[in-house]
Amino acid sequence: MEAFLDLFREYDIPGAFWVNIQLTFWGAVISLLLGVILVMMRICPVSSLRGFATAYVEFFKNMPLTIIMVFMVLGMFGQLKLSFSDDFDINFFWLAVTGLALYTASFVCESLRSGINTVPMGQAEACRALGLSFWQSASQVILPQAFRGSVAPMGNTLIALIKNSTVAAAASVTTETSSVMSDMIEFHASQILQIFFIFALGYVILIIPIGLLTTYLSNRLAVRR
Amino acid sequence: MTNTATTTPVQDSPASTRPDGAESDGRPLVELRHVDKHFGDLHVLKDINLTVSKGEVLVVLGPSGSGKSTMCRTINRLETIDSGTILIDGTPLPQEGRELTRLRAEVGMVFQQFNLFANKTIIDNVMLAPVKVRHVSKQDAHDEAMELLARVGVDSQAEKYPAQLSGGQQQRVAIARALAMHPKVMLFDEPTSALDPEMVNEVLDVMLELAGEGMTMICVTHEMGFARKAADRVVFMADGKILETGAPDDFFEHPRTERAKDFLSKIIDH
Ligand SMILES: Nc1ncnc2c1ncn2[C@@H]1O[C@H](COP(=O)(O)OP(=O)(O)O)[C@@H](O)[C@H]1O
Ligand SMILES: [Mg+2]
Repeated sequence: MEAFLDLFREYDIPGAFWVNIQLTFWGAVISLLLGVILVMMRICPVSSLRGFATAYVEFFKNMPLTIIMVFMVLGMFGQLKLSFSDDFDINFFWLAVTGLALYTASFVCESLRSGINTVPMGQAEACRALGLSFWQSASQVILPQAFRGSVAPMGNTLIALIKNSTVAAAASVTTETSSVMSDMIEFHASQILQIFFIFALGYVILIIPIGLLTTYLSNRLAVRR
Repeated sequence: MTNTATTTPVQDSPASTRPDGAESDGRPLVELRHVDKHFGDLHVLKDINLTVSKGEVLVVLGPSGSGKSTMCRTINRLETIDSGTILIDGTPLPQEGRELTRLRAEVGMVFQQFNLFANKTIIDNVMLAPVKVRHVSKQDAHDEAMELLARVGVDSQAEKYPAQLSGGQQQRVAIARALAMHPKVMLFDEPTSALDPEMVNEVLDVMLELAGEGMTMICVTHEMGFARKAADRVVFMADGKILETGAPDDFFEHPRTERAKDFLSKIIDH
C-alpha cells in the first residue's frame, strides 16, 4: 500500500489527467467550430465548397491520428516553422491540439450531418418559401434541430477525442497520461498492474459520466415533431 | 399588362364575380407561359399556361401525380423549370440570389405537412421571416404576429411548440406565418389532406375568410365545398397538362373531358 501511495507522490498523476482534459477541451472547442463550418459547406448551394468539405472529411477521417500528430511536429513545426510559442511545452501542446482538432472536425461534421438527416426536407422548404437565405435557414432552423438530433453521435465523438488525446504523446506532449504511464512502468515494473489500474480507472471516471449525460440529453433535447 | 389570353385560349375565362362580392381587377399577378418540367425522363409539366389575376381565387384539381404540387412549387421556385417563363406581378422569377429571395417572400406558401419550425414556438414561427427577411422590429413583428394568430384563432397557443398543437391549429399557424410576410399571392398545396376530418373545416374557414378579403389564392384542394364557395375558377390537371378550366359550377356540373368526368365521379362517390 505504501508503495502504491508512493507512486502518487513521485508522479503527478492528476496533473497528467489535467493535461488530457485540457487537450480534450481545446480540441473539442476548435473541432466543433471547424465541424460546423464543414457541415455548412457540405449542405450549401456552392458546389466547390461542398467538394472541398467532402474531400476534407474523407482525408482526415481516413488518416491515422498518429501520422497527423507526427506531421504536426515534424512537418508543421520542423519544416514549415509553424510555432505557437517559444516555450517548447506550450508549443507542442498547441500543435497537438491543432492535430486533434483537424482530425476530430471530420467526425464532428459527420455527426452533425447525421443530425441534419433527421430534419425533414419540409423545414428547409418552408424557410426558402418565406424568403430566408441559406445562412438564415441554417442558423435559425436547420442547425439547431440538427444539433439536437446529433447529441448521441457527438457524445461518441467526444469520448473518442478524450481517448485520442493520449496520442498527443506522438506530438511530444510528455506530461499527458500515456507518457507518464510509460515512464512509471519503466521505473516501477513490479507495480505494472497497479499502474494500469490507476489509469484505466481514471479514464473510466472521466468517460462514464459523458456517456450518461449524452444519453440523458439526447432524450431530453430530442426535437418533438 | 400583356394579355396572354389570345395566345393561350385555355385560360381565357374572365374572372367571375364571387358570391361574396369580392372581384378580381384583372391585373395578372401570376403568369406561367409555356412552362415545361421533367423529373429525369418523367415529363411532369407539359406546356403549362396559366394566368391568375389579382384578387382571383383559383382551385387546382386533378388526380394524384398529375403535377399539381410541382406546378405550385415552381411558382416560388422550390422547383426549377426546364423552359418557359413564370412572372410574379410582371417580374420574371430570378434564377437565384437576393432577387429570388425577395420575390419568394411575396409568394406565401402553405404545405400539406404544415412544416412549422419544430425548434421554435408558435409566435417565433410567425415572427421569424418578418424580422430576418423584412427587417421589421421585434416589437412590431410580435404585435402583428399576435394579431394574425388571433385572426386564425390560435393566439392562446403562442408560447407553445408546434408538436403541442393539433393538426388543424398547426395549419392555421402556417397560414398566419405566410400572411406575416404580406404576400401578394398565397399558394395552398392540399392544406387539409393531412388533417383529421373534424379539423378540415377550421382551416377551410380561414381560407374562405382570406378569399373574402380579396387575397389572390392558388389552392390545390379536392374540397368541393370550398371550390364552389370561394373559387373564381377551377383548373383541372391530368398527366402534367391543364385539360379544363372554367367556373366551378360549370366544371362540376358539365365536365367536358373524359378524364375530368372520371375524376369527379371518384371524388364525389365516397
Ligand atoms: N422530386 C421528385 N423527383 C422525381 N419525381 C417527382 C418528384 N416530385 C414529384 N415527382 C413525380 O412527378 C409527378 C407529379 O407529382 P406531383 O406534382 O407531386 O403531383 P400531384 O401533386 O398532382 O399529386 C409524379 O409522378 C411524381 O411521382
Ligand atoms: Mg401533391
